[in-house]
Amino acid sequence: MVNPVVKVQGLRKWFPIKRSLLEIIHAKVEGFVKAVDDVNFNIEKGNVFVLAGESGSGKTTVARLILRAIEPDAGSVFFDNMDITKLDNNDLKKFRINAQMIHQDPYASIDPRMRILEIVMEPLTAYKIGSKKEKEESVMKTLEEVRLEPVNDIAYRYPHMLSGGQRQRVALARALILKPKFIVADEPVSMLDISIRAEILELMQNLQKKHEITYLYITHDLSTARYIGNDIAIMYLGKIVEKGPIDKVLLNPLHPYTQALIDAISEPDPNNRFVEKKIRIKNEMGKEIMYGGCNFELRCPYAMDICKTEPELLEVEESHYVSCFLYPK
Amino acid sequence: MEKGLSVENLKAYYFANNNVIKAVDDVSFTLNEGESFGIAGESACGKSTLGLCIMRMLQSPGKIVDGKIIMNGIDILAMSDKEFTKNTRWKRISMIFQGAMNALDPVYSIKDQLKEVLTQHGFPQKNIDTRIREVIKQVGLNPSVVNRYPHELSGGMKQRIVIAMALLLEPEFVIADEPTTALDVLVQAQIINLLKKLKKKGMSIMLITHDLAIISEIADNIGVMYAGKMIEFGSVEQIYNDPKHPYTQALIAAIPRLKDRKKISYIKGSPPNLANPPKGCRFYDRCLHTMDICKHDPPLIKIKDAYVRCWLYED
Repeated sequence: MVNPVVKVQGLRKWFPIKRSLLEIIHAKVEGFVKAVDDVNFNIEKGNVFVLAGESGSGKTTVARLILRAIEPDAGSVFFDNMDITKLDNNDLKKFRINAQMIHQDPYASIDPRMRILEIVMEPLTAYKIGSKKEKEESVMKTLEEVRLEPVNDIAYRYPHMLSGGQRQRVALARALILKPKFIVADEPVSMLDISIRAEILELMQNLQKKHEITYLYITHDLSTARYIGNDIAIMYLGKIVEKGPIDKVLLNPLHPYTQALIDAISEPDPNNRFVEKKIRIKNEMGKEIMYGGCNFELRCPYAMDICKTEPELLEVEESHYVSCFLYPK
Repeated sequence: MEKGLSVENLKAYYFANNNVIKAVDDVSFTLNEGESFGIAGESACGKSTLGLCIMRMLQSPGKIVDGKIIMNGIDILAMSDKEFTKNTRWKRISMIFQGAMNALDPVYSIKDQLKEVLTQHGFPQKNIDTRIREVIKQVGLNPSVVNRYPHELSGGMKQRIVIAMALLLEPEFVIADEPTTALDVLVQAQIINLLKKLKKKGMSIMLITHDLAIISEIADNIGVMYAGKMIEFGSVEQIYNDPKHPYTQALIAAIPRLKDRKKISYIKGSPPNLANPPKGCRFYDRCLHTMDICKHDPPLIKIKDAYVRCWLYED
């Protein structure tokens, strides 16, 4: 196995449920939302690792933990064999030059009062890299790289003068300017029109090849995931329920939750309208989450008695891991 | 009297800051009784404006400047406001608005919000409770949810409530504007099945969405809009299997598929500014098949029941 760039081991983040002041004073036992609960995965160099799941599954929390935007409760994240959960501020700064993020909403993630030049230059300013002239040159080069042309025009514009796709490319340029080894992309195309999604994906792929960038790609859209990803992990309520090479997981899904997700996807086909969609899950997710045992048990069509105990993530076929009692050791 | 809905040469413009934004520009289509129709297009192509026109709910600075919307033989644009409100809106045509699940009033219970629709339309007081129960069951919810408040419901449940609201007065025609956007895929699939069920019962659904995959789940016919124009109209089979307009072709080629990892393509550039659209074909700047003649307005070319607005098909 090639040495992975990112290794996530036993990562955990439980958010306490906030309650009334009185209850806090009386120090009542608090409940937790187990946003990320014992998550393990490796991302190999130059690969795109997809973290997929519905809203609330904890996928964005994983991203924030990996970049150490929030502190984990337990576990470690190795980046180039260095545990980033233990870094001091100085080393953390160095790490962050190598690990950047692209957010979902290009209308919210870039400052409307700054020119494109300033937005893309900001990381260089923050890390005090280069003189004014060098910084400007670097911005122009990066804008060219993300095909925001003509660069001399775009650089002096404000975000409101750009389209959604162009804004997302500004966000990409800002992430690229520090020449990172690793980029976390959180739903980078879900806000964009379908006709320009492919453009951003293609750009990301080209940069991946050219600079050997490793991506963590977070999405709920499995079709795009298949298009861009090498490996995938499916998350459900803070846990990885299935992971492996993308074709294995998406073409031969083993976990009942992954199967339900794949059945639910619509693909453009004129025959769709004559058939009902197959829905395998039992009920909608309740507000009250039951921990202990398999998190999916209440919605699973194949739930058995044993599902009240916690399943392990096991290798069912080569490098294809599933956390489900349907597949015994 | 012919049943169904037909839109003829509809033009709806927004008059803002000395600009005229031609959001819907000369759109025509016909929908037979019981058929469902999908309107596809990217953001800002005028698809929601078209829906609002049919509801006669386009607000200032938007205005319908020309055209006819004929429902069951009657031009609904020629009706007086009073008549339209009393007999047509919500009774014969209703709408599931985009993002409506977030527009439920947080301080009223679901029941109060559903009741309001019925009382406003003079529904007999004694039947209100029964009707609410019926409609809640129809959308697949437990009738006890009516006593709850919006914040107590999940996104999927709220979307079902909004659909129930549109069904209260048993309209024959429902416009659904992005009814599944912002929902998780599993919930989305359930809402699609609900719409399929309503369609089976004879309701016509006009589905407005940017997602061509969702349209294929519901619609019999599709109209593709680009920059205010309906550039292609035809049956679902035709649009998916043999798209004519270069824009439709490019749009279909841009969809990533789960089962088939083919290369997806994209359309270069962005749609024109509708305040000052280019002369001739509006897709000119982004089209792969441009000719000199495309500087002139493309003709509407009929192919059986379908049509396409493109010079490529002019003999």
